[in-house]
Amino acid sequence: MNAHVQPQPVPGSGIARGDVLLQVDNVSLSFGGVKAITNISFDIRKGEIRAIIGPNGAGKTSMLNVINGFYHPQEGTITWRGEKRRKMKPYEAASQGIARTFQNVALFRGMTTLDNIMTGRGLKMKKSFFWQCLHWGPALTEEIEHRRRVEEIIDFLEIQAIRKTPVGRLPYGLQKRVELARALAMEPDLLLLDEPMAGMNLEEKEDMSRFILDVNQQFGTTIALIEHDMGVVMDLSDRVVVLDYGRKIADGPPEEVQANQDVIDAYLGVPHG
Amino acid sequence: MTFFIETVLSGLMAGVMYSLVALGFVLIFKASGIFNFAQGVMCLFAALTFVGIMEKTGVPWPVSFVLTVGVMVALAWVIERFVLSHLVNQEPIILFMATIGLAYFLEGFGDLLWGSDVKVLNIGLPSGASDWMLDSFDIYVEKLEVVAAVTAALLVTVLAVFFQKTRVGRALRAVADDHQAALSVGISLRSIWVIVWSVAGIVALVAGIMWGSKSGVQFSLSLIALKALPVLILGGFTSIPGAIVGGLIIGVGEKVAEIYVGPMVGGAIENWFAYMLALAFLLVRPQGLFGERIIERV
Repeated sequence: MNAHVQPQPVPGSGIARGDVLLQVDNVSLSFGGVKAITNISFDIRKGEIRAIIGPNGAGKTSMLNVINGFYHPQEGTITWRGEKRRKMKPYEAASQGIARTFQNVALFRGMTTLDNIMTGRGLKMKKSFFWQCLHWGPALTEEIEHRRRVEEIIDFLEIQAIRKTPVGRLPYGLQKRVELARALAMEPDLLLLDEPMAGMNLEEKEDMSRFILDVNQQFGTTIALIEHDMGVVMDLSDRVVVLDYGRKIADGPPEEVQANQDVIDAYLGVPHG
Repeated sequence: MTFFIETVLSGLMAGVMYSLVALGFVLIFKASGIFNFAQGVMCLFAALTFVGIMEKTGVPWPVSFVLTVGVMVALAWVIERFVLSHLVNQEPIILFMATIGLAYFLEGFGDLLWGSDVKVLNIGLPSGASDWMLDSFDIYVEKLEVVAAVTAALLVTVLAVFFQKTRVGRALRAVADDHQAALSVGISLRSIWVIVWSVAGIVALVAGIMWGSKSGVQFSLSLIALKALPVLILGGFTSIPGAIVGGLIIGVGEKVAEIYVGPMVGGAIENWFAYMLALAFLLVRPQGLFGERIIERV
């Protein structure tokens, strides 16, 4: 170990590892007459990997959208770092330390990998617009500093080779990785991953699993992920919440959830015989 | 030969003027996917305001320029607040219709504020032929057009730096690519839209001043927007360099066709040549010279 490495300041300071970072209380969300989420409560603790699972249409993505401010629930409250959140816009959620990836990769397709990841640093860049236009002086120093952080993330996710490639041209698996990189560039307190391994082959899934674990362990980032691959979920997550038809049917450690009869019925299929 | 060079040069200069107008379209289309029908009227409105302020208050033109920039920024804010923010997530065609409404509103509003008579715009831009070019090369070039070309070059350089190098520029490109993703990394759509409409307003002002100096500030100024259309089709709706190159091609093409092909078909080609060229282009390369290639992953 390098003796000079300083312990990283804990993001979301004031909340110790293991304390509740985000609390969802009795949240209900509907679109017109369709109930997407009904009366769901759960919490996410600092430093854990929390999986949200459930069959298609169970309301998993809606739940993530509520957490990062895309949707505003009609009922219920969300407590973020001990403070009840008012109705907030996604960019406000982002500035408070919530980053996410999307089920269908949402990248800036015309931009290079590097630029995509740099957009994640946007909230952290403070130097005035004037200096940035000159691209000189304090703004340059700042840009270089942020570039350094971005390069670290690029190294971390092993995407050096595609640094300058427009992401629209990348294969799907790499696009997912760039999306993760962009979210990481925000140095989030809570990272929401919506099916990070969807459409990947076995090798890519293993890589991604390793990255998720590394992010969690090295940066101490709290992660909430939606995933369909049961093996992945059981391996990665500390606790699992199970949704079905917009309701919560189970919540607990993976082994416990796996053994839960409701979960087996709803999600893993009712055994015939 | 001299005559041919003169033709091409005058085409290039006219092309620069088209490019100036096309630039405003590209900016807004790039950042919000809206085809802004009101861009031409924005040129008219900006030029009217610019001249109007000078006439009413007698301030020198740089002061009026700064004030007009302020007006255009305020206009951008009003447009975002009262039009666009209510139409988030609507179909592009609906936003397009809204800009048509905006065009009519701005036209009437400009008339109401500053009157509808033709105004002379004279801020001391040089006019007439460049003696130096005439003496040394025996080529006739309008000074005003040279100024327009230099201005356009400056404007494009500034915009390129703005888009490529600044955080706001990066955010603009991000919004253009994917609204949802942009929101998730903490970009506020509303402020980006205000910025982009402001920039488009300022570009409209510059274009308005150039065209106004040439032919007076009058209603027909808003129709130059129609000339920007073929430029956009050639250059691609999303490319700033495309707007410039497209403008130059159209400008030169028009002049050369008028002079060398015109006599064969009875003349007056200049008015429709650009549209024919655009039409032919649409068949071959619908995304334009520099437009983003449409990659569809199925």
